[in-house]
This record gives sequence, C-alpha cells and structure tokens, in this order.
Amino acid sequence: MSLNIDQIRGLFPVLHQEVHGKPLIYFDNAATTQKPKAVLKSLQDYYEKDNSNIHRGAHALADRATRYYEETREAAKDFIGAREAAEIIFTKGTTESINLVAQTFGRKFIGKGDEIIISTMEHHSNIVPWQMVCEEKGATLKVIPINEAGEILFEEFEKLLTPNTKLVSIVHASNALGTINPVKKIIDAAHAVGSKVLLDGAQSTSHLDIDVLDLNCDFLAFSAHKLYGPTGLGVLYGKREVLEEMPPFLGGGEMIKEVTFEKTTYNEIPFKFEAGTPNIADVIAFKAALDFIQGLSKTKIRAHEDGLLAHANELMKNIKGFIPVGIANEKVSVLSFNINGMHPFDVGQMLDAKGIAVRTGHHCTQPLMKRFGIEGTVRASFAVYNTKSEIERLAEGVAQIARLKNK
Amino acid sequence: MSTIKEVQDEIISEFEILGDDKESTIFYIMELGGNLKPFPESERTEENIIKGCQSKVWLIADEKDGKVQFQADSNTDITKGLISLLIRVLDNRRPEEILRADLDFIQKIGMGGIIGSQRSNGLAAMIKQMKLYAMAFQTKQNA
Repeated sequence: MSLNIDQIRGLFPVLHQEVHGKPLIYFDNAATTQKPKAVLKSLQDYYEKDNSNIHRGAHALADRATRYYEETREAAKDFIGAREAAEIIFTKGTTESINLVAQTFGRKFIGKGDEIIISTMEHHSNIVPWQMVCEEKGATLKVIPINEAGEILFEEFEKLLTPNTKLVSIVHASNALGTINPVKKIIDAAHAVGSKVLLDGAQSTSHLDIDVLDLNCDFLAFSAHKLYGPTGLGVLYGKREVLEEMPPFLGGGEMIKEVTFEKTTYNEIPFKFEAGTPNIADVIAFKAALDFIQGLSKTKIRAHEDGLLAHANELMKNIKGFIPVGIANEKVSVLSFNINGMHPFDVGQMLDAKGIAVRTGHHCTQPLMKRFGIEGTVRASFAVYNTKSEIERLAEGVAQIARLKNK
Repeated sequence: MSTIKEVQDEIISEFEILGDDKESTIFYIMELGGNLKPFPESERTEENIIKGCQSKVWLIADEKDGKVQFQADSNTDITKGLISLLIRVLDNRRPEEILRADLDFIQKIGMGGIIGSQRSNGLAAMIKQMKLYAMAFQTKQNA
C-alpha cells in the first residue's frame, strides 16, 4: 500500500500556511526538512517533564533523561544498521562530524606524502576540513572528476587510488545535483588499497535505505534536521576499531575516565567524543523523527519521492528555456535547474512570490558550479509530504517565469 | 528638476498602485531595470563591483557641472531594477544633496518584505557606495 500523503501532511503544522497570500509549497527540503508534531511534542515533553543533565545525576529526572538520550542512540544505530550503539557519536551536524574525523583521524593517521580523495561534487564541508588537514600535514587532496550528467567517473577514481591514499571522503547523494554515487564500489576499491572511507550522508539518509555493514564504510556523517528532526544535531558513525584508535576531539567533561593534573585518561567510545553537556533535548526528540521515518518505511518514502521527481522531469522538459543541471541515472529527489537568460536568484524570488520555497545559488558547492561553468542553480528538493499537485504548481510557475526571456 | 523628496514620493505612489501583490511588484521592479543606460564594458571590472552573496553590482560615478552622474549594472534583473530606482533618485545631483538624502521610500514601500534580507543588505551596500562617491566628489570640490 502506498503512503497516505494527506494524512502525513496533517502531521506537519508548518505546511499549513500562506506566504505572500499563496498557499506555501515547501521545496527546500535538501536544506532542511520540516518537523512532524511528534518531534515538537517530544521537545516540549522533555523540557516540561524531564529536563536535567544526563549520565551522572543521582536522581529520577537525570535517570529518565539519560535513558531517553541513550534510546535515541539505539534508534540511530538501528536506522543505519550499525553493530552497536557505541559506534554512534552525537555531534552538531554533518559538518562537525566531518571535522571531528579530520581533526582526530586526520591528525593521527595522515602524514606527509599521504593522499585524501574527494569528488568534484562535494559540499564545502567535505572539502575545507581536508584542505586544512592537507595543509597542516603536507598531504595531497585529489579530486575525482565527473561527467556532464553529474556522475563520478569511476575509472578515473580507480586511477587516483595509490598505496598512499589514507582516506576517501565522498558524498553519498549530492545536495546540488541529487546524484547518488556508487559508494559500495568506491568503498571496496578504496579498501583494496588500505584506505578508509567516510560517507557524507547528509542528503542520502532521508531518502535511501542505509546499511553501514553492507556498505562497509568506516565513517558515515549525517544531520538530524534533514531527517525531519531538530536542528543543531548530527551523527558520526564510525567502526569501533577505528574510533578506538582515534584521539579525542574536544577536551572537557564527559569525555574523561580520570583526570589528575599530571595525566588524563579518556572515556570509552562514544563518550570520548562527546565532551560537555550535549544537545540533550534535540537528541531525545530526534528519536521521534527516526520513528516517523521507520514507521513510513524508507522504501515507500523513496517510491513516493521518485514519483514526484519523475513527474517534475516530465512537466519541465517541454518548458522553453528550462536547463536541467545534473541528470544522473541514479538520483534522490532533487531538481536543480536554470532558466535561459535569467539569474537563479531572480527565479527563486519570483517563485517565492508564488508561495514556492526553493533554494538558489551555489549550494555550498562552488567547485561543482565551476565545473558546469555556471554561477548557481535553482534547486527544488522534495520530501515525503510533497504532492504531485505541488509539482504542477511549480511547473506552471517555472513556465510562466521562463516565458519572460524565452518567447 | 524635482527634488529628492518629490522623486521618492512619485516612486511611493507608483508602488501603491501595485498594492500588496508581491508577484506583480517583483515583475515591476524587474521592468525598471530596463531603464538603466548600457554599462560601458571597459568598466565591468572587479574594482567596480559591489558584491552581494548572490548578485553582483557594478557601479561607477563621474562628475559633470558639479553634479554626480551614476552608472550601474547587475547580473540579476531584480537588482538592476533596485539600482535603477536609486539612480532615479540620486543621479545628477550635487554631492551634498546626495549625502543629505534620507532614502525613506525604501522603507515606505516595504522593500524589505518584497526583496528579502539578502537583497536588502545588497541595497544598503549600494546606497553606501553611492554616498561614498558623493563624499569623494565633495572633498574634491572643496579642495
């Protein structure tokens, strides 16, 4: 049975409003998704009933908060198919997850002459942390090229791999194009030369079934707020054996076993990487988001979103002046495009006037935009609560705007 | 020639006719961009750019008979419209008039709500640059 989208929309209060006098159509889901009532209720319940600091309190509230906090870790473990909850580290978001690996794994295991491989379609947050490591260590950053459709050239990737490759850090699904990369093949090839692999799962985790054991990635970074969860929260998954070898990230409370002025011994994973009071409320509420997704099933979510993307492609292809950017065979529900003769920012603002929220610009992927010789794109990205009639309103809007310069 | 206040009042009444409909207001702003004089290609340099996050504006100024002459262009149509409004108000005026000008039409037509925060910041940067040019010409005239 397919999903009842009307019923799902009823769970998202924010969708039911007008902007500029028009019913809101929210197509900026790759930037952040909206939150279902269960997440909002969980946040409020926590502050109304359970607020306290976790792990060391000798009282009932602290016990409850700790239990709920650790239940989310358990749920996140199940969500990505990890072996154990200790392999789930809570961070501020994908960006911090990647920086954590760069500053700990990178500092310890990457040295002069070593190589890190990324791809042309990385988000700046999967470029800059590695440039910082390379600069500090005298290592080299190599970049996998892509074709015109926005797909990685796998043979070129294989040529980049050498015994000096210490890490391949690659996006699972591109935020700017929607391309789903052949990560399993990439991981196997990287492991064959002894390299570790980090997957940037910021865009993939909300659309695709993720099984880190099957993928065999060493790290997976993702954000709660793109998964119908709260902002300011992310996850870093790492294999136990790799995490245990890594030095701590931030120093402080929680991450220690014993502190003397002479020497500090560090706590076990995951606590070694969670210094200070964490984002307790949002972690707890994140479980409601994960339950929401699991309750619908990723397979059904993806089928619905694929249907939306196919409908959009079908309606847009006949619009004069419509230029799709990123036409990979395997895509998540991201439609990136330009209109001939128009700046994406203008197109975005005109769509906004029609009540349609999209993103415009370089999407924090400037090297990718340069690869395509463009300044930016208009990006409409779809989530489970979007409908075919919303896609039709987008297509009508785009057609009307395109006519201004493409008679 | 009308005063800065008179030109601003004209603009305010034009926008009043458009009413609350954001879409037609934006189309109108884009149309206004067509009023800009062609921008000299040789002046399309890094130096003459006022850089916003997503749009670029090229602005140059000259002096003729003690009055400041502005020329501008942008890579986005909405921004072109905005700069054409500023030029309509401030072009061909003495530096001290430009420096004194209180551009309250922007607030009165609710421009912030129409163009959003990113472009509003860009608009403020354009006004600042125009006043800086005026200040430079004033200094030169007083020297």
